[in-house]
Amino acid sequence: MPPAVRFVKVCRRFGSVRAVDGVTLDIAEGEFFAMLGPSGSGKTTCLRLIAGFEQPNEGHIELFGETAEGVPPYKRNVNTVFQDYALFPHMTVGENVAYGLKIKGASRSDREAKARDALAMVKLGGYEDRRPAQLSGGQRQRVALSRALVNGPKVLLLDEPLGALDLKLREQMQEELKALQKELGITFVFVTHDQGEALSMADRVAIFNDGKIVQVGSPADVYERPMSQFVADFVGSSNVLPPAFASHHGAAAKWTSLKPERIDVLAPGAAVAPGHAHVDGQIKMVSYQGSITRFSVEADGVRVIAAMPAEAVNFEEGENVRLTWPNAAMVAMEDGA
Amino acid sequence: MSHAATVERRGGVLDKISDLFVTHPKLLTFVLLLLPLLWIGIVYVGSLFALLLQSFYSLDDFSGLVVHEFTLSTYAELLESASLQIILRTVMMAALVTLACAVIGFPVAYYAARYARGWTKALFYLAVMMPLWSSYLVKIYAWKLILAKEGIITWFAETLHLLWLLNGILAAPVIGGPSLSFSYIGTFLVFVYVWIPYMILPIQAALERVPANYLEASADLGAEPRQTFWTVIFPLALPGIIAGSIFTFSLTLGDYIVPTIVGNSRPMIGQAVYTLQGTAGNIPLAAAFTVVPMVIMGVYLYVAKRMGAFDVL
Repeated sequence: MPPAVRFVKVCRRFGSVRAVDGVTLDIAEGEFFAMLGPSGSGKTTCLRLIAGFEQPNEGHIELFGETAEGVPPYKRNVNTVFQDYALFPHMTVGENVAYGLKIKGASRSDREAKARDALAMVKLGGYEDRRPAQLSGGQRQRVALSRALVNGPKVLLLDEPLGALDLKLREQMQEELKALQKELGITFVFVTHDQGEALSMADRVAIFNDGKIVQVGSPADVYERPMSQFVADFVGSSNVLPPAFASHHGAAAKWTSLKPERIDVLAPGAAVAPGHAHVDGQIKMVSYQGSITRFSVEADGVRVIAAMPAEAVNFEEGENVRLTWPNAAMVAMEDGA
Repeated sequence: MSHAATVERRGGVLDKISDLFVTHPKLLTFVLLLLPLLWIGIVYVGSLFALLLQSFYSLDDFSGLVVHEFTLSTYAELLESASLQIILRTVMMAALVTLACAVIGFPVAYYAARYARGWTKALFYLAVMMPLWSSYLVKIYAWKLILAKEGIITWFAETLHLLWLLNGILAAPVIGGPSLSFSYIGTFLVFVYVWIPYMILPIQAALERVPANYLEASADLGAEPRQTFWTVIFPLALPGIIAGSIFTFSLTLGDYIVPTIVGNSRPMIGQAVYTLQGTAGNIPLAAAFTVVPMVIMGVYLYVAKRMGAFDVL
């Protein structure tokens, strides 16, 4: 079975800027795939290449085994949920959702029934006659989702769909989107710059930097085994330890990733458990973040961030402490860049 | 350690006035609007009211004096065939000019809103606005020369051996005439030229407010460009088209200079008003004639609103 989306050495340039620079990628049918990266890393352009809003300058794109270059958006069986929803302001919610069906020539009764079902699916039953302007951000997001899904796309593209929502709503929508994807069984391609969002929802994550994919893998893969300093830093803000520091503490002399939550902060001179590395240092900053407290510790000339459950420790700025962590928590990376 | 005052006490009278305005925003609105409201209230609405009043008076045919008594006889005169023809002629002209301005203006406005950036945008504004900077009369006389029998259009037609075409067009009933500058075609062309900026700018402003991703969303949902135009772009541009048509329509309805200089001698509303209030001294009928465009515009806006043209606003 061919992949839902296949990119082969795809390049998209805007003037002298290489927005997408040689991306090769397969997304399987039914997969929840996240494209994660900072702004300007090329993830949104990749999404637009799948939708057909952009055409590649080089390379090859396939959708379910069929060549997609030169095919305009209205001839692709994919639908998009736009970042700012792009709901038509001159149509009611019901007309917005029924738009795709109307374009395809569905009868009024048919498209009204389907639009009603699609709105009910996102818990907006009874909102058909409202205008988008009368809805909250979260409700508009749901309308955009049902407007896309009502067409029965084989791939649903989501461009930072939760970016404009507040935290609580965002977490709720994450769960709903995940459940929806499971229920419908269609391919979701999700663009985000929020690593928490990507890790919690996706089956696989591609991490973008500078128009290239720097790592693809399961959320656990990219989180626990970052292959580069960029990934270590971007996904879960790892400590990136220089080779000398790593070798001094029993690891290979390579750039090494160490997650803050694997480090324990102890009183100076505390006993070190077997199989653990340790370093002594001084707390430079304490930042209380609710469930956890983060300590920025200067040790051996390196700033190490340690995160502890907030109730477990009570150290203050300027105090000397001992940091310990399991040897296995140090993960060597392929490059330091 | 010195203790800085939390509440500053400083400044003279001007500062005190600023403080007063900042803490009483309604007072500020009142002061700002006082002068313009007086102007609009007295000079503008007042004179309009006086005009309306005049239209309910009548002219004594015998003495040639205005009879200051309420009557509808002046309006009855409007419905006589001679007056009705003037009205009909003017409304037809205004409608056709508006339609032509919209059809020609839309692509220009669309290009400017969607594609022009940087210097092309500056060039667009310059090209659209520059005709408005030069004298209206000079432009119309220039057009008279262009359209005249000895003018450049005839010369072009001759050079291209298309004189038969020009003559054929001029031979058309009603719209034709001895030359372009003495025909409805000529009047129409000049009207379209002088008013088209007033159509382009509001359409462009409306289209500027249509984000590109509406068009992408429409395409994404399966709409071909033609469908996107009629279901998304056009409805969203409609308030701009209506705004532009208010300008082109009402400006054509009231103008008397263009048809006087370029056109056949059959009068339009503006010329009728000009003659009636001047040589004929029939102020009531002149006033009644000026009420016609107001009524037409009122009906037009009402219908447009009922049809949902302003729902997007």
